[in-house]
Amino acid sequence: MKKNSFIKLFIKNKMGRIGMIIFMIFVMVALVGPVIVQYDPQDFGEKEDVLQPPSLTHFLGTDDLGRDVFKAIVAGSRVSLIVGIMATLISMVIGTSLGITSGYFGGRIDDFLMRLTDIFLVLPWLPLMLVLAALLGASIWNIILVIGVTGWAGTARIVRAQTLTEKERQYIERAKSIGASHFHIIKHHIFPNVFPLIFANTILVTAVSILSETTLSFLGMGDVSKPSWGTTLHFAFESGALSNKAYWYFVPPGLCVLLLVLSFTLMGFALDEIVNPKLRER
Amino acid sequence: MSRKYLLRKVFYAILTLFGVLVINFFLFRIMPGDPISMLVRNPNANLETVARMKAQFGLDEPVYIQFFTYMSNLFQGDFGTSFHYNRPVLSVIGERVFATVLLVGTAEFFAIIIGVFLGIIAAHRRGSKVDVMSLSFSLVTYAMPSFWLGILLIAFFSGFLSILPTSGMTSPALFFATGFERFFDISKHLILPALTLALVLIGEYMLVMRSSLIEVLTEDYITTARAKGFDEKTVLRKHALPNAMIPMVTIVAMSIGFVITGALQVETVFSWPGLGRLMYDALQDRDYPLLQGIFYISSICIIGANLISDILYGYLDPRVKE
Repeated sequence: MKKNSFIKLFIKNKMGRIGMIIFMIFVMVALVGPVIVQYDPQDFGEKEDVLQPPSLTHFLGTDDLGRDVFKAIVAGSRVSLIVGIMATLISMVIGTSLGITSGYFGGRIDDFLMRLTDIFLVLPWLPLMLVLAALLGASIWNIILVIGVTGWAGTARIVRAQTLTEKERQYIERAKSIGASHFHIIKHHIFPNVFPLIFANTILVTAVSILSETTLSFLGMGDVSKPSWGTTLHFAFESGALSNKAYWYFVPPGLCVLLLVLSFTLMGFALDEIVNPKLRER
Repeated sequence: MSRKYLLRKVFYAILTLFGVLVINFFLFRIMPGDPISMLVRNPNANLETVARMKAQFGLDEPVYIQFFTYMSNLFQGDFGTSFHYNRPVLSVIGERVFATVLLVGTAEFFAIIIGVFLGIIAAHRRGSKVDVMSLSFSLVTYAMPSFWLGILLIAFFSGFLSILPTSGMTSPALFFATGFERFFDISKHLILPALTLALVLIGEYMLVMRSSLIEVLTEDYITTARAKGFDEKTVLRKHALPNAMIPMVTIVAMSIGFVITGALQVETVFSWPGLGRLMYDALQDRDYPLLQGIFYISSICIIGANLISDILYGYLDPRVKE
């Protein structure tokens, strides 16, 4: 598929367009936001600043320690996006390399890698992540590592299936007969053809990674020095924002997660329709 | 379904379980620091406990002997002693099973009925208002962290309307109540957590049901049935649905396997005294034996549910052979 027609199809797709717009807004906020509004999690407010409803000075009110909720959310957008994207990168690298190896070489290697994938598919992911995060300690890199290492199994399965059909193509046989190495075939023939599928999958995995990060941080495994939206929700819940009816404290961070994840799902659906033409009519 | 298929699936399940056990073993032993240093980090541990722990884990032994001890203990149902409760892990877990089964059972019951029903309508009238609304609904519930959905429901039903309790399974004042009084008290506490879980599940089930039915409806035999002059209702009920339900059966079986994982967020928010909340508390207390026990139990649930769904699939869909 040519690049231009791909972009055209994507923009023409209503879901893809809406998802793209929401995503770009969050990227802008994450890039520019923390430069304009500085947020220091150590900067506690005075007594009269505690749990103040939204006002002109505090756009989204203040939290239980008198900190500005809006600033926390702007700062959190960067953390949530970075963790989501980095964790997904790890998952994709593991999933793609295992999937291609498994599908391309087949036989014993395939058997072994697919059993391994099965194990990771059925591992109770949330308890596993919680245990790993607790053992490694709360830091943003550990969270990225934990989410990335537990989330590759689905990708490996999909990539393997696609590799299996790609390697049966005639031209692969021809490339082999003129002496192309396995590495060359994988790099120049298999990978480029599996790539569109990997790309569509990446977007859906990012949605899951962002949700995982939020859940881990909410359950108290987050990095307190770099508060994400999940961390803010954790403090809101623990400090009794619910019984104080401090809606401005616990609604906005969750809404941000919802919108960001939704934007990824919408883009993922749109890409899926473009990559799998069979779905286009549905 | 052939016997070979069944045997292979059982073999894979055992293999997977073994793999999980190995991971579980190394997770708690080889990760930064041995269990003792983890225990020492626990402010509640005294020297006596540390000494007992060392003996319990047999850390002076070589790793492979530790592994065999661990495996044989597991098969004898010995999960060790909880740091926090100072009782066998298995009995601590046993007390919490009922609450989780009650919560998840109720949520699954309503989610299956409503999810299947909505999915059928959405697939039958594609592009209609019901279809678009159910699709948006499942997109939104998917994108929402389920603990946050729980928080919103608490804020609305308990904070704003003040009609439902927010946490626990019983009211402290009715601790000694029996019969109907107790039943109504528990039901009242059950509504919000079960609703939270059900809403998430409905979205998922509805999507699966919808796409499965849409696929079946495009098959030739449905066109044949229509050509024979059957009315839409009969085609849908007698011809399309039995086949469209097959993926539903497997999806439901799989999701029941994820009981503990699924309930963790909801139980934490609602302080529901089930296994998920127990896991959360165990993490806060750094109660590693208990944590390991719950991890083990939830893995068995998932592997078991997967096996059941594979077997059901092979039984319901004759095309699955090998």
